[in-house]
Amino acid sequence: MMNADNSPRQPYKTYNDWYSSQDKARLIAKSKDAENIFRKTGITFAVYGHADSAEKLIPFDLIPRIISGREWRKLAQGIEQRVIALNAFLDDIYHKQEIIKAGRIPRELIERNVTFLPQMIGFRPPGGVYTHIVGTDIVRTGEDQFYVLEDNARTPSGVSYMLENRETMMQMFPELFHQNRVRPVENYPNLLRQSLASLAPPGCEGKPRVAVLTPGIYNSAYYEHAFLADMMGVELVEGSDLRVIDGKVKMRTSRGYEAIDVLYRRVDDDYLDPLTFKPESTLGVPGIMDVYRAGNITIANAPGTGICDDKAIYSYMPEIVEFYTGRKPLLENVPTWRCAEADSLKYVLENLADLVVKEVHGSGGYGMLVGPTASKKERMAFAEKLKTRPHNYIAQPTLSLSTVPILVNKGIAPRHVDLRPYVLVSDKVQIIPGGLTRVALKAGSLVVNSSQGGGTKDTWVLED
Amino acid sequence: MLGRTANGLYWMFRYIERAENSARLIDAGMRMSLTRSEATEDDWDGVLQSSGVRDTYDETHDKLTSADAIDYLLRERSNPSSVMSCIDAGRNNARMVRTALTRETWEATNECWLDLKALLARRVKPADLPEAIDAIKRKTGLIRGAFHGTMLRNEIFNFSRIGTFIERADNTARILDVKYYVLLPAVSQVGSSIDNVQWESILRSVSAHRSYGWVYEAEYKASNIADFLILNGRMPRSLAYCYEKICSNLGYLAREYGERHAAHATAEETLASLRSHSIKDVMDQGLHEYIENFISHNNRLGQEISDGYRFY
Repeated sequence: MMNADNSPRQPYKTYNDWYSSQDKARLIAKSKDAENIFRKTGITFAVYGHADSAEKLIPFDLIPRIISGREWRKLAQGIEQRVIALNAFLDDIYHKQEIIKAGRIPRELIERNVTFLPQMIGFRPPGGVYTHIVGTDIVRTGEDQFYVLEDNARTPSGVSYMLENRETMMQMFPELFHQNRVRPVENYPNLLRQSLASLAPPGCEGKPRVAVLTPGIYNSAYYEHAFLADMMGVELVEGSDLRVIDGKVKMRTSRGYEAIDVLYRRVDDDYLDPLTFKPESTLGVPGIMDVYRAGNITIANAPGTGICDDKAIYSYMPEIVEFYTGRKPLLENVPTWRCAEADSLKYVLENLADLVVKEVHGSGGYGMLVGPTASKKERMAFAEKLKTRPHNYIAQPTLSLSTVPILVNKGIAPRHVDLRPYVLVSDKVQIIPGGLTRVALKAGSLVVNSSQGGGTKDTWVLED
Repeated sequence: MLGRTANGLYWMFRYIERAENSARLIDAGMRMSLTRSEATEDDWDGVLQSSGVRDTYDETHDKLTSADAIDYLLRERSNPSSVMSCIDAGRNNARMVRTALTRETWEATNECWLDLKALLARRVKPADLPEAIDAIKRKTGLIRGAFHGTMLRNEIFNFSRIGTFIERADNTARILDVKYYVLLPAVSQVGSSIDNVQWESILRSVSAHRSYGWVYEAEYKASNIADFLILNGRMPRSLAYCYEKICSNLGYLAREYGERHAAHATAEETLASLRSHSIKDVMDQGLHEYIENFISHNNRLGQEISDGYRFY
């Protein structure tokens, strides 16, 4: 928020004036109000493994994270480039595999990857779009310096928090939105619906019918699934509502079965079709993959996109971007050591105290080691895991992330944040000006995941 | 609408109705044990029976005490008809059908759940019981208010209402089923104080001890009480009233969808019988048989609605 000379950075100037004029006790009270709004509305998530406290709130910090229009434009260009490359990469690995033939990515990394779906080989989804919705995780380390942490091309979550955080801020501090020219994010549900409908399959007759597929009320992100279906004005369906009839996926309504054309699924690949993937799955639709391949339904995101979220693939992103766009990547990748490679493993083991080690298929902040804050004992235990299954891990240096202020009882204090902007892909790439800012609430902590006690804030992109 | 959504709405409102009914039964039981010179645990036996959980209570308890019975009806999670179980189940259904509810209705339901979860986190002391019962009635009342004030009168509304009234009819009928003998002319003598307590308790368990006086004047009479609970179309918990509502909501669905199901015939037949009989007919036919027959028809109707509208 501040420059080195302790003056507020340009985009924060107006906000800072307002903040200085506020009664701090009132702000703290407002912060409690916000929490009540979230609890009352039921904006909660489930933490797996906590039976008793099944529904938790994500702490909300009421100081917005503000990004200048100029900085945003640069960021957006980089994200667009990356998302285009991801789609081209997916199309390539499920078709000609030129990137493998060119020797840029080892074949086994693709074909032995559990997230690579052989069922998708030779099939092109409607409109050629694989990743309809992407949530790129980004950190800022300084002026115009951004690193991509993760691409989240499979099923990025959290967009409901982006929308609810903005809604809450507008309710609590309407005056701030008169004083600052904040670009709107509220039209996301409409854009999402239009974007999905525009990619209806060839077999769709009439107006495309969109539905959201959820694993059900016990899923950690159920609130979001219901919220998005509600805001888009489409049905929220579960696997048990759906059945393949006459070559179409149909939902059981109180008047009989009706066809669905586009399914925004929040169910993982493995559970999507018991006839093709896990036979014991009750969350999916038996036979949906046949309907998909016959061109009678669009599945968003496409099955098999999860390979882009593999952290070993991530380490090749600079090559991937260059290979498909012919240009140097605009956004930096965090340097990544692939522990499967002997030299890298040796380096990682020797420098464990300075590195963050992650599982290649991990997410949610589970199963990772943050070297600088881990105890010696934890590092030793982790080193053993690394030696036993090196291919399961990658390591990255800890970045000196920029901080943003949060409201604490004593006033404001700096905390590390990341940023997840949301991207919609159809015949065009649309990046919503804003996103989800996740904040590590513990002083000094670098882990922002909500499952690990992180919070969120509203994210403003200013017009300028 | 999805069949599962119709099912969720139907059960959401059945459970909320049942939570309120359980609270009312506890209220009546509590009242009865206060007004009796010699309090007896038999009163709670009747309450547990009306709630349909007499047998399951025995499975987990050695003896019947008022404190245990109250706790069982209020908080016991293994009792699917306890207030807390019903609120849990109602709110889970509400989460499932959230996209069908207005924000007001959802928030009232969620707040009811949050508040009652806190209120019923531990055993309620006898001194706090009246306030707890009031809180349950108030919180469920707020859901109803939000629902009526904000919901579109469409199929969503119809399925919700049908759930409410099937549950309510079942509840009123079960109270009558357990207590029918105190309403039989041969057994009950007008004026005996035991009868008065019993009758008052029946009326109280359907929140009708005040309104009764408006309709039938002050004197308790078995046949009037039976008439009020079974045939009086103005009494919002009577069987006749419930079936007027069920039939009108099913009628809207039939017109909207352009199709009728077995449920329509069953509901209309029951309503016709409630309209055409006098309480004397019912008593002559046998109150107990009449009620038993009603309960089984009501259950069948629930099943036919579930089949006709593809709940599963």
